[in-house]
Amino acid sequence: MNNRLKILTKGIIDVSPLMIPVVPFGIIYGVIGIELGLSAYMTFGMSIIIFGGASQIVLLQLFSGGATSLVAITSVGAVNSRHLLYGAVFSEYLSHLKLTWKIILSYVLIDQAFAVSNTYFKKNKENEFKHYHLLGAGFTCWTIWQISTVLGIVLGSVIPEELGLSFTISLTFLALLINDFRKFKNIIVMLVSGIVATIGYNIIPFQAYIIVAALAALMTATLLTLINSKKK
Amino acid sequence: MHWSTIIYCGIITYLTRFSMIFILKEDILNDKAKKILSYVPSAIFPAIIFPPIFLDNVGSLDLESNPKILAAILAILVGYISRSIIITIFVGLISYWFLIFVYY
Repeated sequence: MNNRLKILTKGIIDVSPLMIPVVPFGIIYGVIGIELGLSAYMTFGMSIIIFGGASQIVLLQLFSGGATSLVAITSVGAVNSRHLLYGAVFSEYLSHLKLTWKIILSYVLIDQAFAVSNTYFKKNKENEFKHYHLLGAGFTCWTIWQISTVLGIVLGSVIPEELGLSFTISLTFLALLINDFRKFKNIIVMLVSGIVATIGYNIIPFQAYIIVAALAALMTATLLTLINSKKK
Repeated sequence: MHWSTIIYCGIITYLTRFSMIFILKEDILNDKAKKILSYVPSAIFPAIIFPPIFLDNVGSLDLESNPKILAAILAILVGYISRSIIITIFVGLISYWFLIFVYY
């Protein structure tokens, strides 16, 4: 087998187990999009144009709460700011590539693809075709995300509203944090964010409570990080 | 919702992924900056999780006979033990359904 194809396949295989939770997440997104009254085209269009599950669901929630577009766009930017970290970590592995490659790979640089390709890149620094791993992993995520969005859109038109599926938004995000439940500092940051958002929900105008809560929590995180580094 | 909002969101999301790869030749973020960025999910997701659980339809705090709080606590406990995203979502949803359809 050709070397590039081999690395591409490795990327697909490596990311596959991480796709298991992505399927219900995509379905939930599709169902909620339809239940909130978005057209099927718009719900699917968001998955193609934004391609970021958490931020798409935030956008839906803010839309249903009547947020302005500026607040919606800023909140999406805040949720996705973690990708800056991924880009920074990958810059040294991808800096030798042509611009076209950087443009294509950036589109699929999401949490799951970052996680598996980062492990692969660390072990295969010298391999000139290593970026094919990210290509395989990223477009596997992309394909699965689009298929499960469509499944959700189809199901959304048949699932009754009484099931209270909007509660799954909270549950899904809660599930995405399970690995941080064991870290004391993360729990403090989470509580600051949640409490500020709950209090601010009625007080802060334009549905900007997510942004305000996130800033308060990130300041807490910064303080905790600085205090910790001083001790050392 | 307008298509323009979705497109702007798409552009800003793309830029969060592309900018660092495009600008940097090597990883220059220091450990502190990385540590802080790693807190982003913990800093943002609870702001999305808390209000729909604790607030009712008109936005006032609802702490009594609130099935969402109980279901969320169960989901957290199960998530903590199992570390499985799917199991956490399902336990939360099924206990919520049990509470609203059977218990209340």
